[in-house]
Amino acid sequence: MSKIKNVLMVGVGGQGIILSSDIFAQAALNAGFDVKKSEIHGMSQRGGSVFSHIRFGEKVFSPVIPKGEADIIVAAEEMEILRWAAYASSDTKAVISQHRILPTGVETYPEDIRPAIDKHFADNIKVDVEMVKEKTGNMKFLNVVLMGIISNFLDLPHDAWQNAINDLVPKGTYDKNMEAFALGKSLA
Amino acid sequence: MAKRILSGNEAIALGAFEAGCTVGVGYPGTPSTEILENFCLYEGVYTEWSVNEKVAIEVGLGAAYAGARTLVTMKHVGVNVAADPLFTSVYTGIKGGMVIVTADDPNMHSSQNEQDNRNYAKAAKLPMLEPSDSQEAKDFTKLAFNISEKFDTPVFIRPTTRISHSKTVVTPASKVDKGNAEIGFDHDIKKYVMIPAFARERHKVVEKRLIELREYAETLEINRIEEGSSDIGFITSGMPYTYLKEVFPDASILKLGMVYPFPEKMIREFAKKVKKLYVIEELDPFFEEYILSLGITVEGKKLFPITGELDPDIIKHAVNKNAKDKSIKISINIPPRPPALCPGCPHHTVFTILKERNMIVTGDIGCYTLGVLPPFSSMDTCVDMGASITVSQGIEIAMGKNYQHDTVAVIGDSTFAHSGITGLLNAAYNKRHSLIIVLDNGTTAMTGMQPNPLSGELITGETALALDYEKLGQAVGIDDSNIRIVNAFKKGDVEEAINSLLDTKKLSLMVIKGPCIIDIRKKKKKAKKD
Repeated sequence: MSKIKNVLMVGVGGQGIILSSDIFAQAALNAGFDVKKSEIHGMSQRGGSVFSHIRFGEKVFSPVIPKGEADIIVAAEEMEILRWAAYASSDTKAVISQHRILPTGVETYPEDIRPAIDKHFADNIKVDVEMVKEKTGNMKFLNVVLMGIISNFLDLPHDAWQNAINDLVPKGTYDKNMEAFALGKSLA
Repeated sequence: MAKRILSGNEAIALGAFEAGCTVGVGYPGTPSTEILENFCLYEGVYTEWSVNEKVAIEVGLGAAYAGARTLVTMKHVGVNVAADPLFTSVYTGIKGGMVIVTADDPNMHSSQNEQDNRNYAKAAKLPMLEPSDSQEAKDFTKLAFNISEKFDTPVFIRPTTRISHSKTVVTPASKVDKGNAEIGFDHDIKKYVMIPAFARERHKVVEKRLIELREYAETLEINRIEEGSSDIGFITSGMPYTYLKEVFPDASILKLGMVYPFPEKMIREFAKKVKKLYVIEELDPFFEEYILSLGITVEGKKLFPITGELDPDIIKHAVNKNAKDKSIKISINIPPRPPALCPGCPHHTVFTILKERNMIVTGDIGCYTLGVLPPFSSMDTCVDMGASITVSQGIEIAMGKNYQHDTVAVIGDSTFAHSGITGLLNAAYNKRHSLIIVLDNGTTAMTGMQPNPLSGELITGETALALDYEKLGQAVGIDDSNIRIVNAFKKGDVEEAINSLLDTKKLSLMVIKGPCIIDIRKKKKKAKKD
């Protein structure tokens, strides 16, 4: 059996993690793979941490990634990558948006986050969100930019992504989303 | 048909549709809610949000008596509310197939307890199927309708949160089945009127049916042995099956698709094949106790936790104490992100006021339960749907002469319709004096914006009754001056109403109205689309 690819996407409620993981899972299905995706809805809607496990390959059993087995972790919010570090190993590739969202009741963003990221995730790609905002015109596209980045490390054909994006993004936003995807692709 | 990626909940809805089910009823509750929301989208079906789960099972039962294939959905604790009709529905049986979904929530992602509803199947004596992924969720739902009609009994489907919310690949069927029953109610008092004389006979039918179901379980394809290594064997079901396949791909497995009643012969046969036998199940030792009762040695809850969810790592480390993982261990603290009331939420006002007043606040089930957490810290109890109104009555009774008129019951609109109105009637009837506050945000927000009998809309979007609080309050005998409806965003008005109602020291009904901020956003989005 070919090895299963494990991708963990994390962020904060409202960042669009669920939609982008839907796009990713659909792209994997479009490419002919078995795919499973696990997340929990409910409380997360109210500003909580959000995660989505995506696993694809010839045959996938558990929708949950075993600890230490994530091939890629994508964090739409900076500190969130560390919250889910148990799913990563020293081999894990990290894609980290430098978007910072303060947790409720926390006044300043902890200073030890960035050094800890560099210490634990040697193989990391940091995404400058100001640049994303400037080039795409809207932070809403951040997630699709992140998808574009990870598409470089996943063996899924371009049309599988294209069709998934076409099927799942709001009507009339396809072109802008494809531009965001291309931007992401160029960043790694 | 082209393969699709569906959540367990979407797959159950599709399975019901493919089974020719035409009636879907239920009450919203995480993780079950999306089943009916999806079922509602199919052509030619009737779907309703019932007032509560008891009502849902009864409406469903009537539809099944009249020959329709019927789907009833609820979360695990909803079955507690519905237990009364559930137990006797097993006596009367059905005509059209009836499938009841109990969506359990191990780890309490969004619940007040993590009861294991497999126990209900045993207690109420009806079969229960448990899927391991979305394809099975769809297939088992269809099978459940057939079992229901074959054995003349309601049938349970038990997804857990991981099944309901995970998305996996499903192949839709190319055609829709039809139930075996004709539409029409057949008079049959010995079957449908459960007076003691008839019910005694029906109980015998139930016991005979269980024996037949046990036999059926032995031959049922969804109970299967996957032969692997003879060193270790696992008996399991549902989501834990997928974890096991992940960490012990070569082990022998007895996978139970029907988790009640048990296939005794199959279990005995499997136990003989392996040197060491484990049972892997989330929550209670439901299989384990049965297997032990057969005199078979098995390892279970001594190794695996009885609380929370399992996952591949818990199973791996419990079976193999020396197992290693290559996880990154970080040394710094990451500040938590506890859920909080949304910015702009209308409930902020009342909890800010209640915090200042330092009262005993009996709370209820919904978003507003978050009023217990900082910065509000203004809730003292939360038990089950409707308990805000009734628990405050008990406090008043126990305090007797020392009662200080310092309790406030706080309840949301959907919860009020579900189980609050009976409590209100009880308060009026038994001469209580507390203040009851309904937080009406126009929707059932916690579960993702479902309409309810106070919001004036049906699941289909059609306009419907919106219960008149004033008339209701008057009807139970509350004085007009003790019924107040105020705007959530006018803090002064809310404060004045609370003060003056408490001053009267009489039973009072106060409604604080303010639309849910997420609901407004959702409706704007929808309007834009249309």
